[in-house]
Amino acid sequence: MARAAVLGRLTWLVGTVTALRDETPTARTIALDVPGWRGHSAGQHVDIRLTAEDGYSAERSYSIASAPDGQRLELTIQRLDDGEVSPYLSEVLKVGDPLELRGPIGGWFVWDPDDPGPALLVAGGSGIVPLMAMIRARAQDGSAVPFRLVYSVRSPDQVIYGPELAERAAAGDGFSLTYVYTRTAPPGADRPAGRISAGVLAQAGWPPRQAPAVFVCGPTGYVEAVAGLLTGAGHDPGRIKTERFGPTGS
Amino acid sequence: MPIISPGFKGRRRPGGEKLPPGQYLVTDFPVLSAGPTPRVDTARWELRVRTEKGQVTSWDWAAFQRLPSEDVTVDLHCVTKWSKFGTRWRGVSLDTLLADVETSAEYALARSYGGYTTNLPVADLLDGKAWIAYNYDGRALTPEHGGPARLLVPHLYLWKSAKWVNGIDLMDTDEPGFWEQLGYNNYGDPWREQRYWGD
Repeated sequence: MARAAVLGRLTWLVGTVTALRDETPTARTIALDVPGWRGHSAGQHVDIRLTAEDGYSAERSYSIASAPDGQRLELTIQRLDDGEVSPYLSEVLKVGDPLELRGPIGGWFVWDPDDPGPALLVAGGSGIVPLMAMIRARAQDGSAVPFRLVYSVRSPDQVIYGPELAERAAAGDGFSLTYVYTRTAPPGADRPAGRISAGVLAQAGWPPRQAPAVFVCGPTGYVEAVAGLLTGAGHDPGRIKTERFGPTGS
Repeated sequence: MPIISPGFKGRRRPGGEKLPPGQYLVTDFPVLSAGPTPRVDTARWELRVRTEKGQVTSWDWAAFQRLPSEDVTVDLHCVTKWSKFGTRWRGVSLDTLLADVETSAEYALARSYGGYTTNLPVADLLDGKAWIAYNYDGRALTPEHGGPARLLVPHLYLWKSAKWVNGIDLMDTDEPGFWEQLGYNNYGDPWREQRYWGD
């Protein structure tokens, strides 16, 4: 244990912002160069620490959006209007600024590239971010593992990574993409706006007998609902990994 | 020496001085779990305490409910950075549960429906520091928050307060639990910011 603990120590590192990219009106991707970064697995997150001039500091966790790539790292930040850290990261931070972080954190909600089974990814809103890291890692590896993504968004303008997802789905290499619009569907959508349902998951996902690895990430209520629909349809709870964020709403 | 984040002002909240390092205050009650929420019927619920010698003491829901309970109001600190002040619970103290259990074990591993585990020293379960809680804010504990019953160890990060608890193994040697094997700190003291390995 002592040896593992020493090897596993996560020290604070200082990254430099190399690029900023607006994904939606409220989500921004931050590209970082982080000397000393030891690499990560798709699905993991980092802790960010901001420090004001008077020494006051605030920490938050953010999912990594990029596939493993040396000391380069991308995070996508969804701005919360009443947030303390996300407005800074999505509006104030500039290219060239330093950013303190440590990681990678979380060894559970990760895609194992050696798992040959198919995978079902279910995202609600900015819950797409760690799943995008998995999609990108799969593509980077040239993996043939079939991935199916079901992505719930309020409306088309809230889609993060839209063009990239469309391109990857069009590649015909075993990645499929299904949108669920919960408030406003675009013209010509396959189904009217509405909540994710057992029917959509059955149609766009995998049958339980194929025992897919399942990753569900999104707001708490969404993840609870999806996990309930999947176990109700006969999926093994032990194959369903979840990551929840945000308030409970109760 | 932390580096300054250019242009960051921060938002100091009232009560913030009562927060452990790196935490922020919330007023709602976030839910974080690694998998689907198990639905456990109290008709089939059981709590088993197993000693280092293999002796098992168990309670079904009715027997558990007959044990003396306590009302406690405690602050919660989750490793994902949120803290919540003044949460009100009712539960059975581990002092009560372990009173007649013969053990000299120093380590405990809590087990849950759904397969979750977490480890902690037995000393952290005793002397009024831990409960098996079944009411939250005056109501039966909901499944999302660990109902029908969860461990409550508020002086450690909340992942130690195993939801859906159904067993406590008392052991002579320490055995890392679920998150403790995946990079999270073996002890988890929020006041020393022991979030991850090596903290």
